[in-house]
Amino acid sequence: MKPNRRAYVNAHLISPQQGLNGVGGLLVEDGLILAVGPQVTAEMVGAATAITDCKGKLLIPGLIDMRVFTGEPGSEYRETLATASEAAAAGGVTTMIVMPNTQPVIDDAAIVDYILRLARDTALVRVHPMAAITKGLHGELMSEIGLVQAAGAVAVTDGTKAVSNANMFRRALLYARDFDMLVVQHVEEPTLASGVMNSGEAASKLGLSGISPMAEVIMLERDLRLVEMTGARYHAAQISCAASVEVIRAAKVRGLKVSCGVSINHLVLNENDIGAYRTFFKLSPPLRDENHRRALVAGVADGTIDVIVSSHDPQSDDTKRLPFAEAAFGAIGLETLLSAALSLYHNDNMPLDRLVEAMSQVPAKLLGLDVGRLEAGAPADFTLVDLNLSWKVDVASLCSRSKNSPFERRTLEGRAIETVVAGRTVYNYAP
Amino acid sequence: MTTRNPRPRLFKSSHLLGISDLSPFEVPTLLDLADTYVEMNRGNEKRHAILTGLTQVNLFFEASTRTQSSFEIAGKRLGADVMNMAVSTSSISKGETVLDTAMTINAMHPDFLVVRHQSSGTVELLAQKVSCAVINAGDGQHEHPTQALLDALTIRRKFGKLEGLTVAICGDVLHSRVARSNIQLLTKMGVRVRVVAPSTLLPSGVENFGVEVFRNMKDGLDGADVVMMLRLQLERMSGAFVPSQREYYHFYGLTEEKLAYAKSGAMVMHPGPMNRGVEIDSIVADGAQSVIREQVEMGVAVRMAVLDALSRNKERAQ
Repeated sequence: MKPNRRAYVNAHLISPQQGLNGVGGLLVEDGLILAVGPQVTAEMVGAATAITDCKGKLLIPGLIDMRVFTGEPGSEYRETLATASEAAAAGGVTTMIVMPNTQPVIDDAAIVDYILRLARDTALVRVHPMAAITKGLHGELMSEIGLVQAAGAVAVTDGTKAVSNANMFRRALLYARDFDMLVVQHVEEPTLASGVMNSGEAASKLGLSGISPMAEVIMLERDLRLVEMTGARYHAAQISCAASVEVIRAAKVRGLKVSCGVSINHLVLNENDIGAYRTFFKLSPPLRDENHRRALVAGVADGTIDVIVSSHDPQSDDTKRLPFAEAAFGAIGLETLLSAALSLYHNDNMPLDRLVEAMSQVPAKLLGLDVGRLEAGAPADFTLVDLNLSWKVDVASLCSRSKNSPFERRTLEGRAIETVVAGRTVYNYAP
Repeated sequence: MTTRNPRPRLFKSSHLLGISDLSPFEVPTLLDLADTYVEMNRGNEKRHAILTGLTQVNLFFEASTRTQSSFEIAGKRLGADVMNMAVSTSSISKGETVLDTAMTINAMHPDFLVVRHQSSGTVELLAQKVSCAVINAGDGQHEHPTQALLDALTIRRKFGKLEGLTVAICGDVLHSRVARSNIQLLTKMGVRVRVVAPSTLLPSGVENFGVEVFRNMKDGLDGADVVMMLRLQLERMSGAFVPSQREYYHFYGLTEEKLAYAKSGAMVMHPGPMNRGVEIDSIVADGAQSVIREQVEMGVAVRMAVLDALSRNKERAQ
């Protein structure tokens, strides 16, 4: 048998950019895809190659999660790159984009380099950092955008913080444009976002302070004017309401280089899930009402929303087992991203093609990554998916070091059963 | 004074407020005159009597070493009585307005007023109020005409011409009066002018200044005859306009490696004062291609020529 060579045959291949959606196989050699398509069968590859019979299971490009927070460096008790990467592998995610909100902040080339080396030595999946737009995430002075890019940062963002100073943000956009660097913004006007959940009836009944969807729309519209002035590439990290979908749609019609993401939580949950002050549903931006959720689903389906992210944000008991108003924002999600997204397919809200684009191919394109495609010559990063496998989310058995999952105790349908990064199997499902 | 025969006029304007005051025909005559002063300055007898009896006041509202001393030497070599007003230590600090200060000086009947001020347009405002010839020694982010003239003289003496050359002006164009005056003068004289800077240091609408705009040194310097570096103020390189000194040096600092993109033997200029290791590497600043010290020498000659030319206008007006 040839070493470093393996074939996956009899799979249902989906890779829209390559025009694949049907039965076929994939041949891997030395970490790269050697051949892919209907022609790759057990007979074609011959007996000298190790073969996995996929038995009609889905084979898709590995997921690229554009918004992952870990605790490394600085809060390793919440999550390390290693534990996050285990969760990613178990969830079919082959590339994690980690956020700069660490201690120290990822705002200079040395820390970018540190993250990349640490990931190389400890992580199961690919890791690329986004670096901070502003030094120390303080929103005042530009970080070294050119040098962090040269060190390997794939975009700049202040992560959970919006750059609210308009002139500062304008200059950062101008400067980033010279380097063709993607600028990713948390779209929320801070002075309008002092609440703890979506504003409206539910918040009022719970006696909690609200965050209006307008906090998001105002920041988004302002940003788009700055994008128009500067010609920069801009990505709204997460949008959460119907009006934002309309704003993005109109901006794309105007020809601006804009894109946006949405978290899987905002596509499958709504503010009613908060129930009796359940802090695992305290997210930023907050979960909105059902009408907004539906508008977001429609926005992904028609391509207005480009990307689905997990927004994986590990929080421990000390930050979550608190009165709702005092608890931290955020939920873990790397391991449940794919399964929760498949519910949109099972409910007939979204074709599989679109999910593969939004969770793999479009992120790769926006960030200039070589992965996210089933194509000869591409890195062999892919995920084998059993669409109909039911599993119950048991937080104790999740890989993530923190357990703040909003899908705790839910039964989800469909999941990753094998995850392959650079030809190497990093996860196999064992019930 | 009345005994002198009026000498031929060199340019129309009674002040030198900006390069915009000069026509493309006046610039070469002025540079020719400056050339003669370069030779005289290199000789043993440096004093001339052209401005004998005239008074030159250097009114510097913004601190300056090289420009002020250059104007002072220029005036003295032509025989004028030169007085330096260090305004920051005088009446302005007691609350007097710019115009009051100028009118006070005007009442003493100076013949030349050399003015530098931190606000664009101030020199022009003064010129409207005083009765002597006013020379702009730099106003805000607007113009610094004698710098552009001395740069043109330096270039012309090396290449023998201006027309057809390619000059790359690199760095903080946004805040630079040197860049604005140079762009005007050089484009007026048929030079192909490029500006090279990060977008955050380019003025809006710069593409309509008759220049080519580049955002990286490799493309911007490619084939240039002259590389003119601009000073980047310290307070502008820590995150407000560019992220840091080291990032600026990495991408926009003139190193030997980047200079190699320009024509072989290309001329390196800097108006001074330099930030070594920020916008320019010491090896380049002190290297064989650098004419930074010649620029200082040309500065005195050009300012003598300007004073000379303005005094001719004065004679004819009398």
